[in-house]
Amino acid sequence: MKNKYAVYLKDRSIAGIKTLYANKVVLMFVALCTFGFLTTGKPASYTVVEVFSRFGRNTFLVLALIIPVLAGLGLNFGIVVGAMAAQVAIFWTVYWGFGGLKGLLICVLLATPIAILFGWMVGKLYNKTKGAEMITGLILAYFADGLYQFFFLFLIGGVIPVDNPSMIIAGGTGVKNTIDLTGNLKYTIDTISMLSVVRALAVIYCVVSLTLWVMNRKKNISLQTPLHMDRLLGSAIVFGLTFVPFVHDFMATDRLQLSKGVPVFAGLIGLLGLYRALVVKTKSEDDSFGMRNLTMAIIAAAVAAISFVPDIQKVLWAVHLPVMTYVLIATLCVFNSWLLSTKMGQDMRTAGQSRTVANAAGINVNRTRIIAMCMSTTLAAWGQIIYLQNLGTFATYGAHTMCGQYAIAALLVGGASVQQANNKQAILGVFLFHTLFVVAPLSASTVFGSALIGEYFRVFICYGVIALSLAMHAWKTKPQFGKDSNANTMLPRPLSLPAESSGIAE
Amino acid sequence: MNSQYVLKMEGITKEYFGNRVLNDVNLSVRPGEIHALMGENGAGKSTLMNVLFGMPVIHNTGGFSGTIEVGGEAVTIDNPQKAMELGIGMVHQEFMLIPGFTVTENIKIGREKTTPGIASRIFGKALERLDVDSMRKDARKALDTIGLDIEEYVKVKGLPVGYMQFIEIAREIDKTGIKLMIFDEPTAVLTESEAERLLEAMRVIASKGIAIVFITHRLDEVIAVTDSMTILRDGQFVKRIETKETSAVEIAELMIGRKVEKLLDDTTDERVLSDENIILSLKNYFVDMPGERVKGIDLDVRRGEILGIGGLAGQGKLGIPNGIMGLFDAEGTIVLDGVSIDPKKLGDALKKGMGFVSEDRRSVGLLLEESIEHNIAFTAMQIKGSFLKNIGVGKLYDAKKGRTHAEDMIRQLDIRCTSASQQVGALSGGNQQKVCLARALALHPILLVVSEPTRGIDIGAKKLVIELLANLNRREGMTVIVVSSELNELRSICDRIAIISEGKIASVMKPNDSDADFGLAMAGYKERRKGS
Repeated sequence: MKNKYAVYLKDRSIAGIKTLYANKVVLMFVALCTFGFLTTGKPASYTVVEVFSRFGRNTFLVLALIIPVLAGLGLNFGIVVGAMAAQVAIFWTVYWGFGGLKGLLICVLLATPIAILFGWMVGKLYNKTKGAEMITGLILAYFADGLYQFFFLFLIGGVIPVDNPSMIIAGGTGVKNTIDLTGNLKYTIDTISMLSVVRALAVIYCVVSLTLWVMNRKKNISLQTPLHMDRLLGSAIVFGLTFVPFVHDFMATDRLQLSKGVPVFAGLIGLLGLYRALVVKTKSEDDSFGMRNLTMAIIAAAVAAISFVPDIQKVLWAVHLPVMTYVLIATLCVFNSWLLSTKMGQDMRTAGQSRTVANAAGINVNRTRIIAMCMSTTLAAWGQIIYLQNLGTFATYGAHTMCGQYAIAALLVGGASVQQANNKQAILGVFLFHTLFVVAPLSASTVFGSALIGEYFRVFICYGVIALSLAMHAWKTKPQFGKDSNANTMLPRPLSLPAESSGIAE
Repeated sequence: MNSQYVLKMEGITKEYFGNRVLNDVNLSVRPGEIHALMGENGAGKSTLMNVLFGMPVIHNTGGFSGTIEVGGEAVTIDNPQKAMELGIGMVHQEFMLIPGFTVTENIKIGREKTTPGIASRIFGKALERLDVDSMRKDARKALDTIGLDIEEYVKVKGLPVGYMQFIEIAREIDKTGIKLMIFDEPTAVLTESEAERLLEAMRVIASKGIAIVFITHRLDEVIAVTDSMTILRDGQFVKRIETKETSAVEIAELMIGRKVEKLLDDTTDERVLSDENIILSLKNYFVDMPGERVKGIDLDVRRGEILGIGGLAGQGKLGIPNGIMGLFDAEGTIVLDGVSIDPKKLGDALKKGMGFVSEDRRSVGLLLEESIEHNIAFTAMQIKGSFLKNIGVGKLYDAKKGRTHAEDMIRQLDIRCTSASQQVGALSGGNQQKVCLARALALHPILLVVSEPTRGIDIGAKKLVIELLANLNRREGMTVIVVSSELNELRSICDRIAIISEGKIASVMKPNDSDADFGLAMAGYKERRKGS
């Protein structure tokens, strides 16, 4: 057993190193981030707190990009349009005076249909400009920005009667530059406590699995979803546990202090890994299952142990995570990978890889692309709501302008490319990009001794990152002419049989 | 109901813009039969298949006339999906595979198996989860049927080219209710042993009662595997014959044979050709041009002759001139008039005295938006510095010289245009070709290579272009190499014709050799090659 485990570990580490080496883009940014981190001239806790708060704010938006990338729409700026939909919704929600969870709900309900409509229009446009989605999206974002400004600067107050001196420019036409969200939408998602999250999840799980079970019984389908009594019981126990005073106190705070959270969660994951490795393992035929879980347990234990090292504990102590925001991010990750396991997801991947093949296989490529686009704008709209409620102030004319660039840059840094992206790349990318974003100006000003240069670096980085990683990807995927004879025959070609039609076409 | 034939196409006639490409063609295939569809390039095979599949290219250009029966019932097929529903499958010449997908995913593409879940109940079937296990089983079964021993979960990317064809076949077999499969030149990209296996797989499929239409140029494969065949020539139906009642020689004759239309009037020939006086010599010459690979040829061109290079599309004849010009990677020794040419250096061949007219007139040969005058002058300007005047700080285009020269060429070559400043894109195909020739001539080459000189131009213009080439040769003493898919054209002006098959010279023939010999050489028929 031990021997086998050593072999498994060796294989995994070699495979890991290989993938790392293949991802030169990521490696380079890791190196840049490490250098930046070490030269900030500020305590480590400052950087870590900044990065975590930016991570919570931005990840949802970046994850919204994955679906269209896989559907062959490229790294596109359609999410800017989605962000605008969210901002329109936020404006009206604030104007009507709703706040708190109710306000949030109204905001989401308002933003979703607008985002779907925008997504449908963008999708239509992209279907007409296949192959040039990136530039179309970029220009479209500028154009949409024009319409957006027209709406907020002229129509509101000018045509649509709006009366709210705190939001409208003194003359009565046009919305003010910033809208304060304090007291209405600020932190509405972030402050949902872990307690309510856990309770709600437990209840939802029970309800869903019961409904599924009942539905299957009624229809009497051969593929029945068995009712997992143990899991139902488990969620009931979890629900019950939340009333234990000790647990209740731990969970009732709206932010999770990382110094408490890390050991607790690492411990839970470690226990789960051990349980699987030792108990469930016997059921599984796959030999690596037990080993994988054992590794997971060991890593979890190591992480828990490290979190008690005084220096690190000090840093962790400073970080407070908004629980609900992170739950939403995790949900979106699950949603993305779930979608890919469905027929629709497969259609999207097919259409993304080759439109010719997809057409020949009877997939409605245009429709698939539009659906992907609508999903992306909707998710982007929700992402922008998360972003703005965390920020607390809403820059009416500026909040959406950079979100496309930042999201694309983050995804590219994570090792994604124009054709291919996944959850891991998005998450890694957000971490790296925003670390760079935080440390670059600081370290530039320590290294060059001027704060001005630091600010310049912040702007420079975003575009530099996009250009650099696109160039590195292009260099990596450059076909080696003459060496790979497959490459030519594998190129998608038109379905019509070319030999004879080409002469006739003239 | 007559179910003797699984497919019966009768009286199929198709015109593209008044150009009749299929004329009263019949095709009938019995169940479980391997039926070859034979013909040269341009005989109408692909158009016939496009008709069968209801391709948009047919219906966007006015449809066709004739009837199609599948399993004895008259059907109308107006889109590829309809053809698929009727049980007609196609194994494409260019692979319809996605490299990043696994073998299973490629086989089940568009027909994935799914299981319902909670989301699919609410939002519809599209959100059903893929049933990966049962998809794998199906793929395994299809792969086993054709005897392909690869893991169904590996990605297609990185598999040998030969396997891809088999994956395509597995995909068609996996479709339920498949009655007829079309194989469009499946062996063109395969090695000999892979081709062997493919033919074996075809026999297995046919033995299950699925009919196969096999489009190929390789006569030996046709003789080996088919039961019957239909031969087309220039869009005409020639004959449907049983394979066992015919021979390779007869098939070749039927494919090529035609009344030789005279493209060139007899002229007095005062040239002296000698095997010692070589102007261009290729030794151990390879070109890596996708779809037209040259795999090692030795060829000598005599000073003053017209040499034809013929062969079917995709066999490598186009690679020869393109490699010399440096447009694709080439290897080997190229000696032009005693000077060796480096094919890695773009423009080297032009500098050393070659003139080239590309087969791809519209994208390689011409600057369509530019005037005739500029088109004629630009290569000479670049290579030789002609049509330029030096004004001390730099060189400028000498408009006067260029204009005079262009007008001269327009007169000489009889280019029909409004003026030398007319856009080339607005000219007809034949006149565009003349502009290309004029541009090559502006270099005063010692050797002129013309690739597909008459592609896409009408018969009258064809004759003019051929005459022009003959005149250049006879009067100016220019050596000319003509690369062409049209055998008739080569036979009317060339002194010798090299037939290229599978990247090698199959044989160098005289223009008055028999149709059957040409047919066999072009089809790369092996028995004959061994014999001679």
